[in-house]
Amino acid sequence: MIKKLITSVAVLTLFGALSLANARAEDTNMAGMAMTNAPAAAAPADAAPATDPGGTKTGSASDAQDAGGTHFVVSAPSDLSDDDKKDTNKVAAYNDAKKAFDDYTTQAKAEPLAVKLADSVGHNRVAVNFMWTLITGFLVMFMQAGFALVETGLCRAKNASHTMAMNFMIYPMGMLGFYVCGFAFMFGGMADPHSLVNGGIGTMGGYSGLNHEVGLTLGGHFFGLFGTKGFLLQGAGYDTAAFALFLFQMVFMDTTATIPTGGAAERWKFSAFMIYGCFIGTLMYPFFGNWVWGNGWLANLGAMFPGKLGHGHVDFAGSSVVHMQGGVIALIFCWLIGRRHGKYDKNGKIVHPIMPHSIPMVMLGTFILAFGWFGFNPGSTLAGTDLRIAVVAVNTMIASATAALATTLYMWWFKTKKPDPSMMCNGMLAGLVAITAPCAFVSAGGAAIIGIISGILVVEAVFFFDKIGIDDAVGAISVHGVNGAWGCLSIGLFADGTYGDGWNGVSGTVKGLFYGGGMGQFWAELIGVITCFITLSVLSIICYKIAEVLVGNRVSLEVEIEGLDVPEMGVPGYGGVQMDKDSETPMLKA
Amino acid sequence: MKKIEAIIKPFKLEEVKDALGEIGIEGMTVTEVKGFGRQKGHTEIYRGSEYTVDFLPKIKLEVVLPNDRVDAATVAIIKAAKTGKIGDGKIFVTTIDDSVRIRTEEKGDKAL
Repeated sequence: MIKKLITSVAVLTLFGALSLANARAEDTNMAGMAMTNAPAAAAPADAAPATDPGGTKTGSASDAQDAGGTHFVVSAPSDLSDDDKKDTNKVAAYNDAKKAFDDYTTQAKAEPLAVKLADSVGHNRVAVNFMWTLITGFLVMFMQAGFALVETGLCRAKNASHTMAMNFMIYPMGMLGFYVCGFAFMFGGMADPHSLVNGGIGTMGGYSGLNHEVGLTLGGHFFGLFGTKGFLLQGAGYDTAAFALFLFQMVFMDTTATIPTGGAAERWKFSAFMIYGCFIGTLMYPFFGNWVWGNGWLANLGAMFPGKLGHGHVDFAGSSVVHMQGGVIALIFCWLIGRRHGKYDKNGKIVHPIMPHSIPMVMLGTFILAFGWFGFNPGSTLAGTDLRIAVVAVNTMIASATAALATTLYMWWFKTKKPDPSMMCNGMLAGLVAITAPCAFVSAGGAAIIGIISGILVVEAVFFFDKIGIDDAVGAISVHGVNGAWGCLSIGLFADGTYGDGWNGVSGTVKGLFYGGGMGQFWAELIGVITCFITLSVLSIICYKIAEVLVGNRVSLEVEIEGLDVPEMGVPGYGGVQMDKDSETPMLKA
Repeated sequence: MKKIEAIIKPFKLEEVKDALGEIGIEGMTVTEVKGFGRQKGHTEIYRGSEYTVDFLPKIKLEVVLPNDRVDAATVAIIKAAKTGKIGDGKIFVTTIDDSVRIRTEEKGDKAL
């Protein structure tokens, strides 16, 4: 009965959301067209660029370019209107472009073979980028194993099969939700001409079929809220470039999805977790993701308010989009579901810290995550031809090292007089989370400092949340939430201006306060961080309350004391292995 | 017949076994146990929160032997298990009424 109810509610929610999206899309887009006065020259949304499901048309001479990004093929400039002809600057620019086009046309006529070769060069370039995106995506997928090991190792042995099972099932649950509608909400409007920033999948042939964004027009600016192309990877979604993007973005979404399973572990009912699984990929993750990566309003801030907000909210590989979203969900869930039994006394003082059952598992998981991060960060160029990947990869490893060292020494010398292996792992992960947003924009020195700060921040955050009585079983809030926010903010301070020319439609490279960029970029990052916190808090509370009404989120006290493995899952994590009852959390004295 | 119950530090088991072997003791029963004495465990700290380890791991070794062997065995155990530091353990001696070797049904000292 309850199972039927869950299934029907989940299905109804999905389809309800779909129909709502379609209905609103029609109205809002017309309003957007009228009020933003979109230039007629920009391809209208209904022009439907051809999809390429066979992969035989993606990548041509127009994708061939030199290392600096100058294209081999020069296209004809669009004709000037009568108004434009009065502007001498525009006329001069038009004449330059016209001359370049004429020169190219002459050369192309003289050397037709070169043009044919350029087709091949362009295709190879796109193919390299496809390869890079897919292979780094595969690396990120393996991070699921890292999360499973870290979270399970940090829990008690009696909850091992339950915690593992949550980490396992979030992979299909999140993926299918993202497939049904999450991907469309997040990226279905990335090429919508109403947004100032509206590129196609640039590194993979420039596919621009995902081009319908629903948004609001306020003060003459179009604030994109979610996309509507590519539901179920059908229609405009059935394209090789869109599929490559889907794979890469899906594993990112699943990274977010698996963060709260650690924070709320050891007391979360599996059925309630499955309801969360229905929501995360469909309705919780995609919206903030659209605003930052799907050319929604946060990405457009810089272009909307030139000179005031830098390049808009910049998040290279997901400190906010992936990690902070997961951290905020973990925070809300840990807060609402309550503390694990036995850790705190009635006055809110920790009387029995709950210890990890397998430090080797935690450390192995941490190494797997650190390895997967070489997909996470360098892969976020979506381009193997972008040689900045070397800088991104090195920055990533340096921040992880300085953070791990900072955490260890800080614990050892200042906090508890012991280095604490579980905190070492939290420290390395904190550094990786923090460097995720700025990895492409900072120098190695900047990465090292960002890592050190994150290593200290994570310790203080863990102590803080323990003190205020929010019981986070694995440190997810501190690692992903706090350091996700720090990572984004650090761009506004440490971005050194060597990369990101034209990012989010703003000319010039990304520069932070310490490199003469002023405070603009920092404010844009701050807006993103605050938005992330508010949005995900609201969505998490709604999701939690729905699960509370349907099945209840928390297991009974008897189940919690016995361990969730057998009552919830039907099988112990370590069948045949005798558990040390003295290492279990004792009953509270009445 | 007497039974010697010795609570010793786990890492001393091998030495105690050898010492008893040297004086001709032919069998023993060993159990992993936990407990505390006057020391009352100790305090540790994990992620900033203190906790007490009340029960420390020990080994309980049981030997049943004829009355005339008890003193020699006790001396051997003490010699092997002593480190001089707190937590070395204790030895208890009790009287045993009877014993039977199941295979042969021998009784008393012969069964030992």
